[in-house]
Amino acid sequence: MELTRRGFFKATALAFAGSMAYELSTRSAAFAIDGDADDWKLVNTEEYTNICCYCSGGCGVICSVRDGELINLEGDPDHPINEGCLCPKGAAMFQLRNIVDDKTGEIIHNPERVTKPLVRRPGASEWEEISWDQMIQEIARHVKDTRDATFIDKEDGVTCNYTPAIGSMGGSQQNSEEEYLILKVMRSLGIVAIDNQARV
Amino acid sequence: MTGHYCDLSNADVLLSCGSNNLENHPVSSKWVQRALDAGATWIVVDPRYTRTASQADIYCPIRSGTDIAFYGGLINYIIENRLEQTEYVNEYTNATYLIKDSYNFDPETGFFSGWSEADHKYDTSAWGYQVESETDGAQAWMSEAGVPKYTPKAVKTIKRIASIDDTSNPDYKHSVWAIMKEHYSRYTIETVCDICGMDAATLELVYKTYASTGAPEKSGTIMYALGQTQHHYGSQNTRIMTLVQLLLGNAGIAGGGVNALRGEPNVQGATDMAMLVFDFPGYLKWPSVTDTPTLRKWLETQPNAQGYYVNKPKFLIAGLKEWYGKNATVDNDYGYDWLPKIPKNGAIYTTIGTFELMDQGIMKGYFAWGQNPVVSDPNAKFNRNAMAKLDWLVVADWVVTATASFWNAPDMDPSQINTEVYLMPAALIYEKSGTIANSGRWLQWRQKAVEPIDEAKPDYEICDMLWREISKLYQAEGGACPEAILNVKWDYYVDGKIDPRPVAWALNGYEIDDSTDLGAKAPKLLPNFTKLTADGKTANAIWIYGGFYNNNADPYDPAIQPVARRHTKIDSEDGVNGKEMVPVPDKDPGNIRLYPSWAFSWPANRRVIYNRASADAKGKPWNPDRVLVAWDDSKKEWIRNDVPDFGFSTTAEDGTVTHNPPEKCPAFFMKDELHANFVTTGMKDAPLPEHYEPFETPVEKNLLNGALNSPMIKFAENESVKKGDRSQYPIVATTYSITEHWQTGAQTRMCPVLDEIQPRQFIEIGEALAAEKGIANGDEVVVFNNRSEVRMNALVTKRIQPLTVQGQTVHLVGMIHHWDWTNRYSTGEVTNELTPNVGDPNSFIPEYKAFLVDVRKA
Repeated sequence: MELTRRGFFKATALAFAGSMAYELSTRSAAFAIDGDADDWKLVNTEEYTNICCYCSGGCGVICSVRDGELINLEGDPDHPINEGCLCPKGAAMFQLRNIVDDKTGEIIHNPERVTKPLVRRPGASEWEEISWDQMIQEIARHVKDTRDATFIDKEDGVTCNYTPAIGSMGGSQQNSEEEYLILKVMRSLGIVAIDNQARV
Repeated sequence: MTGHYCDLSNADVLLSCGSNNLENHPVSSKWVQRALDAGATWIVVDPRYTRTASQADIYCPIRSGTDIAFYGGLINYIIENRLEQTEYVNEYTNATYLIKDSYNFDPETGFFSGWSEADHKYDTSAWGYQVESETDGAQAWMSEAGVPKYTPKAVKTIKRIASIDDTSNPDYKHSVWAIMKEHYSRYTIETVCDICGMDAATLELVYKTYASTGAPEKSGTIMYALGQTQHHYGSQNTRIMTLVQLLLGNAGIAGGGVNALRGEPNVQGATDMAMLVFDFPGYLKWPSVTDTPTLRKWLETQPNAQGYYVNKPKFLIAGLKEWYGKNATVDNDYGYDWLPKIPKNGAIYTTIGTFELMDQGIMKGYFAWGQNPVVSDPNAKFNRNAMAKLDWLVVADWVVTATASFWNAPDMDPSQINTEVYLMPAALIYEKSGTIANSGRWLQWRQKAVEPIDEAKPDYEICDMLWREISKLYQAEGGACPEAILNVKWDYYVDGKIDPRPVAWALNGYEIDDSTDLGAKAPKLLPNFTKLTADGKTANAIWIYGGFYNNNADPYDPAIQPVARRHTKIDSEDGVNGKEMVPVPDKDPGNIRLYPSWAFSWPANRRVIYNRASADAKGKPWNPDRVLVAWDDSKKEWIRNDVPDFGFSTTAEDGTVTHNPPEKCPAFFMKDELHANFVTTGMKDAPLPEHYEPFETPVEKNLLNGALNSPMIKFAENESVKKGDRSQYPIVATTYSITEHWQTGAQTRMCPVLDEIQPRQFIEIGEALAAEKGIANGDEVVVFNNRSEVRMNALVTKRIQPLTVQGQTVHLVGMIHHWDWTNRYSTGEVTNELTPNVGDPNSFIPEYKAFLVDVRKA
């Protein structure tokens, strides 16, 4: 297997935490921290590599996870493009999920994040919670009603099978596999008004 | 990018024009810095003295929206001083091709020939080649069983002159070279300065410095971004950079290229995937009523057999097989007619037109996937009022975006808005796995690190739930054309659960027959796109990604796929199918930072596209220190630091591989004419880029021709646009981003640390204008035009200086656009209420980067 520092870490951090190998890998003059301390931030973590979600640089990041929770996010030093660096936005990606509660000093899930399905009913001035199942059923019904009422099967005698009444916007923030699925759903419904962040 | 980020370090001269790359693509500056360390020169052309400009060797201010004048002047300078890379131009471009007599440009009117006033468009065939002869374009595979019947285009031989110096040839004046030379002869230093507001000495220094890369061994790179593209002639802005790079021999070489620094993490992927009205994945054409009403017609409009793109029918049919599986057969045209066709008025379905359709009550339902058009689209106030006419809106995002809560904008009355809005909580990037494409075309694998919080779900799971529910309804109830839905193949499951890995197989390509079910069993993955066929035996969603996920040893393990490589390779005899990844001995062959064993670069893991052009006709590299490919005449083989972008070898029936000699390997082998184009019929608005003024311009006339705006400007006639006149609104405005925030701010304003370092929206105003308006640094000001008025704080600065244009002083202001009324940490007003919703006829990009406003103290 590849024995880069990071690959080594991922494979061995659990087993070797506190061992000589671990200390040799982490302790240096640059780290002004006691490597023997129990609360060393990245003890007992698993590392996962990911790619930044901002500009199109494709910078590598390492997500450190303990007990299923994100503990740390930093630039991937093995990555040939960013060589461990991150810009202010990339370096703050941790906060998309977790932030420090300014009252208690505890790390909490970012309260700005939406984590439950919501619906805003016609004329309402507030959101309501809704179950996924209910929401998907309602959306599917809306889609079908709109599509069936507006579907155009021929233009100038040419089979065209489209609806002018539904649009889909977005895709540049998703993974490529998701882009294909979004495209496939939308086009298969007969949607021609498809666009993404390519220009706006 | 035709190159990639690390390749910027190979340049001798770097030009940032329309890109504040140090601020907005910070990692690019690492590689620019490496080039500077090696002695390179950095030029920045920008209306503002940006963070990028502050690090450059040469800074040249420019009036927003006048890039074609600037580059046209550069072309004129190169041609007049014979600074082009002559051998490159003769060998690799269409400079010596003859154009038809019908070609003409009239500077008096600003129109090219071929214009139809009735249709309000050009007949681009007026700009075509003089054809000498035609031969049949059929190839053997076209008549195989399963391949639809069609008549391929004839192969054309084009009339040419001997070289660009064949001036005594009676046909010389019809040559692309002569036409281009004459066209840009009007772009003198004096005229360019008068249009762009530049100083002649600085401009000449820029031209001289950049044109120095016409020396064969020198590399010049151009970095651009939305500053270059967000104009109603944005596509022509991009094209004229290509012309410059071809003239100087800077395309297809290390440290060269036309490098779009794209503005979103996977916008390269979304463009590849054709999340756009007119495209099919992999840069194929989406079916349309007018041009391609039948599959046969689609196939017959594809490139001819001279270039590699003759293979496009294979890519489309493999695409249809992936889409419809066993339901797609040669007898039903592989399901071609189930796909929606773009109707005659297709342009109205692009972003700007979409909001007009809502306003007209035609568009009733709308999906927004991680995008926030209510803040990011031009004329934002009009847009949110148009959205109020929707019956329903579905938003998938991480936060309550302004798009999701458009009904709750400060000036909207929710009780009067009957749109039903659904907000689907989406997983973060590290809460799911999958592939992402960066601007340098690198496909990289993202590992899922943690589960989504609470009920948030990945977009792929959301798609699956939606698709199954909609299919169920059509199955049970029927409806309009249910076959278009019920014939779709949807089998991207692992252990019965939706999963990105089978989708990755689809993107890579695989062998398919009637028993194929991705959810039941992994298919045989294809090694690359050359194995795709037009007979229905292969499936592939996007041909250019072929080979990124092709390891059959375990298709369920992304870690052993090319997309996940980390300076590693598959440890097996064939190098493709094996269980282990091992480190490569040399991660940087050629010492030019190609890093071919890191991830996968489409197409075919090629790092620099058009790389045949990095060597001369005999295969000798222009620069021996920056070898992408080179012909070794003693061994009769190609040295390949990069994957060749040409047919470098032939495999005999017995499996013997012979390398093809350089003269058999044209540099632009994918194109019909095997040469890169200066004059083209491929653009709707001009065969050669020509300067026009922004839709809202501070000048009275276009100094280069008789048309103020491009004749092909889109959407300008719409009532919603409310054009502003220079007499009312004399100040040129542009928009841009800062490094601490992202686009509409929905993502970054949710991060408290970023709000702390950049808490407020601002407008940059030069000191002279501020004094004239009585505005002090930090004052709240109102920026206004006919479309809206927006409040923000003034940042009075030396970074923007007034320009002298056509003898008058023109002031510029610049606004960031990361704010709206949502978010608990930081709110502001929507800058895009001021931008005009007019756009480009090729790409339909809106004109955000040059428009008119006025400013007053609040």
